[in-house]
Amino acid sequence: MRQRSLIAITAALAAGALTLTACGSRDDDKGGSDTGSGTTVVIGVDAPLTGDLSALGLGIKNSADLAAKTANKDKYVEGITFEIEALDDQAQPSSGQQNATTFVANKDVLGVVGPLNSSVAESMQKVFDDAKLVEVSPANTGPTLTQGADWQTKKVRPYKSYFRTATTDAIQGPFAAQYLYNDAKKKKVFVIDDKKTYGAGLAATFTDEFKKLGGEVVGTEHIDPETKDFSTVATKVKNSGADVVYYGGEYPQSGPLTKQIKAAGAKIPVAGGDGMYDPTYIELGGSASTGDFATSVGAPVEELPSAKTFIEDYKAGGYKEPYAAYGGYSYDSAWAIIEAVKKVVEDNDGKLPDDARAKITEAMQNVSFDGVTGKVSFDEYGDTTNKQLTVYKVEGGEWKAVKSGTYAG
Amino acid sequence: MNELPQQLVNGLLLGSMYGLVAIGYTMVYGIVQLINFAHGEIFMLGGFGAITVYLYVLPDGTSMWVALPLMLVGGIIVAVLAAVGAERLAYRPLRTAPRLAPLITAIGLSLALQQAVWAWYPDAKESINFPHIEGGPFEIGNVTIQTGDIFLLVAAPISMAILAYFVMKTRTGRGMQATAQDPDTAKLMGINTDRIIVVAFALGAAFAAVGAVAYGLKYGQVQFRMGFILGLKAFTAAVLGGIGNIYGAMLGGVVLGLAEALSTAYIADIPGMEQFGSQSWANVWAFVLLILVLLFRPQGLLGERVADRA
Repeated sequence: MRQRSLIAITAALAAGALTLTACGSRDDDKGGSDTGSGTTVVIGVDAPLTGDLSALGLGIKNSADLAAKTANKDKYVEGITFEIEALDDQAQPSSGQQNATTFVANKDVLGVVGPLNSSVAESMQKVFDDAKLVEVSPANTGPTLTQGADWQTKKVRPYKSYFRTATTDAIQGPFAAQYLYNDAKKKKVFVIDDKKTYGAGLAATFTDEFKKLGGEVVGTEHIDPETKDFSTVATKVKNSGADVVYYGGEYPQSGPLTKQIKAAGAKIPVAGGDGMYDPTYIELGGSASTGDFATSVGAPVEELPSAKTFIEDYKAGGYKEPYAAYGGYSYDSAWAIIEAVKKVVEDNDGKLPDDARAKITEAMQNVSFDGVTGKVSFDEYGDTTNKQLTVYKVEGGEWKAVKSGTYAG
Repeated sequence: MNELPQQLVNGLLLGSMYGLVAIGYTMVYGIVQLINFAHGEIFMLGGFGAITVYLYVLPDGTSMWVALPLMLVGGIIVAVLAAVGAERLAYRPLRTAPRLAPLITAIGLSLALQQAVWAWYPDAKESINFPHIEGGPFEIGNVTIQTGDIFLLVAAPISMAILAYFVMKTRTGRGMQATAQDPDTAKLMGINTDRIIVVAFALGAAFAAVGAVAYGLKYGQVQFRMGFILGLKAFTAAVLGGIGNIYGAMLGGVVLGLAEALSTAYIADIPGMEQFGSQSWANVWAFVLLILVLLFRPQGLLGERVADRA
């Protein structure tokens, strides 16, 4: 009898666990596919749709969805209906790679928007490149993704199928250093990173430029992104005599970090990159986040005339979540794929060719249009030619743009 | 400025939290020789129980002096129900099975509980903000103590005192000691071992819930994955202190917390060790310490050498 109840319970637990996993990967939005005739082109979206970074990920998914719907509504590519298939990578490189193989296996997927994290992109690039499937990231800023491991000395593009509409940390880190040293008059910095591809890279490019300008690095720390206890680090920051903290990493850590640094008695601002530029950061940091800085790629979407329609359409689209930091870039990434598809279809008498994936990847190199974030086109490494950046500051509970510009030298 | 006192306090606070959760591991292991890997999730459920009371039961703007005790009660109720339920449904049917079976069940249960909260609790896909206590921080010399941490500083010793009283002075407590020594003989002496085991699970869960409320107050948020790493750390603390020994759990927690704080603060100052001193290495040093202790004192700091009765 005991044996039987054991089996029943194990089965119940297993069934429960399976059901829940299934819940997790459900896909609620299937763009309009009710056209009957014509070809359906699926644009894959890979982003963290759950977990700490989901605020950014859902913004990416919704914005790409908006691009597809807009193209369908305007019949932008004759005979082609676009559809979004979004997969959740939970900000994990292993999940990202799995999703990449899923996209490759689906013959209808002719382009992928995403991912959010540079470390996830690293795990996906080869899978996509082997299948000649184009990937356009709205958010990756790690320089190695497009320019190879030795990008500082010798630039080599590792994968021809990878593009991005976000500018790189090779520009973002130094831009922050110049702002903090020249404009905010900070001379002593304490540099912290989370050891991930994005965070460590950003902190390194920042440190180089800050030292070059004459600033002093009074301490460095690497934190474990899985923990929430930064009290020991906060104590070190307080005792270091720094007048600013630079953090390479993302808001789930930097929010609590700024709170704990200020609680420890160090009344100095925390600055970081685009991984920190999100309303959730202010929510997590509370009043402690006031006066903190973050750089982000491009000019503020709200101020660009080209973004007006995007913002209106997004509101009209009835999306539950805000478009977040990468909304404009995600729309442009999806639109770049749509443009490439259009070119390939037009060159092939209005039909998709058999080697559509390879052709679209090729066409992507020469895509050029006026997008939400300004002119969208790619250089020989697959990087965006738009090198604009903005410094934001937390004031009155929200991010306010304080300085926009392009990084020089 | 000398940062040692502050780092000691940081470590002590972190360690007290590990200790509160470690009690649950140690008591259950002491009585049924089961490593309850779902205990980290019981801790997490305690946190969600508390936040549920705050968000959905109490009216908005309730003073924390009123809310906190009620949240604590809510957290304890949820954690205890979950632990007792787990014992009844997942562990008791396996009591006579080989030891590996309940261990695997525990891991499965841990995942199931985590996913259940993730899937069904509103907003659990992101961190949920935990209310904080107004006022503070307090400065004693050059040591800063946050208002939220006061709860932990008070709750940890009180919890230990209650536990010690319960185990040493009450009938049920003595029954627990007897069951821990030899369940079969205890049964022959008229002790209801099933009830004792349920009490052990419930007590462990109650302390984990106290720890979870302390976690929420300290870090200002709870999330569905908070039990995983903390559970592992608390388990380490239990082993470090001598698994099965309730004072050992607290001591192990504090030693582990101090090891993490001091390694972050000082290892980098040792010549040649610069790159091993950051906070991302704290776990490594905690486990190095664990291995060293187990090498020289396999039974843990306060554990007794027991004959293997497998």
